[in-house]
Amino acid sequence: MSQIVIQDVEFSYRGQQDKALDGVDLEINQGEFVAIIGANGSGKSTLAKMMNVLLVPDRGSVTVEGLSTSDPDNIWQIRQQVGMVFQNPDNQLVATMVEDDVAFGPENLALPSEEIRRRVDLALQVVGMDGYQSHPPHKLSGGQKQRVAIAGILAMKPDCIVLDEPTAMLDPMGRKEVLNTILRLNQEENITVVLITHFMEEAGLANKIAVMQRGVVTEVAPPREIFSNTALISEAGLDIPEAVKLAKELQERGISLPDIMTADELVEALC
Amino acid sequence: MLIELKDIRHVYNLDDPVVALENINLEITQGEFIGLIGHTGSGKSTLVQLLNGLLQPTAGQVFFQGQDINADRASLQDIRKKIGLVFQYPEHQLFEETVAEDVAFGPKNVGLSREEREKRVKEALQLVGLDYEEFKDRSPFNLSGGQQRRVAIAGVLALKPEVLILDEPSAGLDPEGRQKLLDLLVYLHQELNLTIILISHRMEEVARLASRVVVMDQGKIALEGTPAEVFNRGEDLKKMDLDLPVLTQILTDLKARGLPVRTDIFSLEKARDEILAGLKKIEKSRESKTC
Repeated sequence: MSQIVIQDVEFSYRGQQDKALDGVDLEINQGEFVAIIGANGSGKSTLAKMMNVLLVPDRGSVTVEGLSTSDPDNIWQIRQQVGMVFQNPDNQLVATMVEDDVAFGPENLALPSEEIRRRVDLALQVVGMDGYQSHPPHKLSGGQKQRVAIAGILAMKPDCIVLDEPTAMLDPMGRKEVLNTILRLNQEENITVVLITHFMEEAGLANKIAVMQRGVVTEVAPPREIFSNTALISEAGLDIPEAVKLAKELQERGISLPDIMTADELVEALC
Repeated sequence: MLIELKDIRHVYNLDDPVVALENINLEITQGEFIGLIGHTGSGKSTLVQLLNGLLQPTAGQVFFQGQDINADRASLQDIRKKIGLVFQYPEHQLFEETVAEDVAFGPKNVGLSREEREKRVKEALQLVGLDYEEFKDRSPFNLSGGQQRRVAIAGVLALKPEVLILDEPSAGLDPEGRQKLLDLLVYLHQELNLTIILISHRMEEVARLASRVVVMDQGKIALEGTPAEVFNRGEDLKKMDLDLPVLTQILTDLKARGLPVRTDIFSLEKARDEILAGLKKIEKSRESKTC
């Protein structure tokens, strides 16, 4: 069932002539992992902000579990259902101790303290940061900070997490940690994931990819379809994961291979 | 020797000391393209800030063209003209009303004449692929992220540095923007003969562009060599929370499974040919297609 329905959404930032979103349609189903890719300035972050009412459409509609984001009465309920994680972990952590940071959201819900404790510990466990409860966030690595930020969202028990380039500032290990956490949330906790990314390898792990160009979603399809559409990829200023490229090169030289999305799949298929 | 770091130690916050760099010895020759890698907090950014005198080492010396840059702090301005540093997310430092003024900020500060400034701005914008007439009067804040970054880099290039240091210049750029930026670095290195030091978390960038890779771990230089040498040490890199370029990882895994391939290959076409050749060898020996 569709959890988030975006219909013909238009939006312009104040004082800007060009529309940041110019008639976007997209449906996101409960439990899905959707990647959004597109050039800088194509509208990805604007679209993400529509999903938890950081922005509301000028025209068209966004509904989350049937609730319209344009109705101010729905704001807090929607924000509890859809959490957001941004690029820079340092801008998202506010407290001096990890557990206080994760507790920030649930405390604002005025939950009983045992419930908050329980949620905080569980959230830290899910992101693999159990034991860091009393650590100061500024002493954590980038990947750890991002996982604490995700834990803060999880403690709100959301149905959906929207992540806007959460790995852009991380080193390779930090990227892996965060990506594995995202996959676990989706597969084990059944949380809907919307991931905005410039890493094509990350997008390749999604159930479906939405491609954005100049404020419009121009294509929605599973990764293997998107990455075999070379015309679309080059027109949208995107790229194809290295492993997929290599697989294609080999296929063109007569090696028969199944559809490849990751390096591991390619190795497995060849040997 | 263009740049030499000698027995460098750097400690932040002497009251509650954090050792950022220890026992750093590094020589960089004119025309090198250095790839500097290491996990967050390994000391990369501290190291590059020492190179143009933004930080003074707690101990040890930094030489540029044989001169100790901290011996005479008054000469630092001169050194900063020659060693350009592009910070992470340099577009956050754009502040002027027009693109042309922003790029001219550095040249103005070092006291260049109006005509010379305009000439420098034109050249620098052209280098980064932005048309002077089209962009000079535009506000830098109404440009796309990739364009903003190129304006910021043009601001550094307008000082005509001999050495260009870039800290994660492609982070957050879309694939096309990243490719353009990498092409620019290749051009600056090969055509204008700039010495380049590139900090990157993208191993494939470093593998493809760098003539020498320096790996930092816990404030020390842990590994150093050609991309082939460094990325041949996958196990060591993983212990330092680093990774292999995707192609290297694929070739390494295939080799581990018995396919006779070299692993020191960083271009797609060469990797393809190597795998094809490996498969052929196996086929010959076993009359079977897989290994």
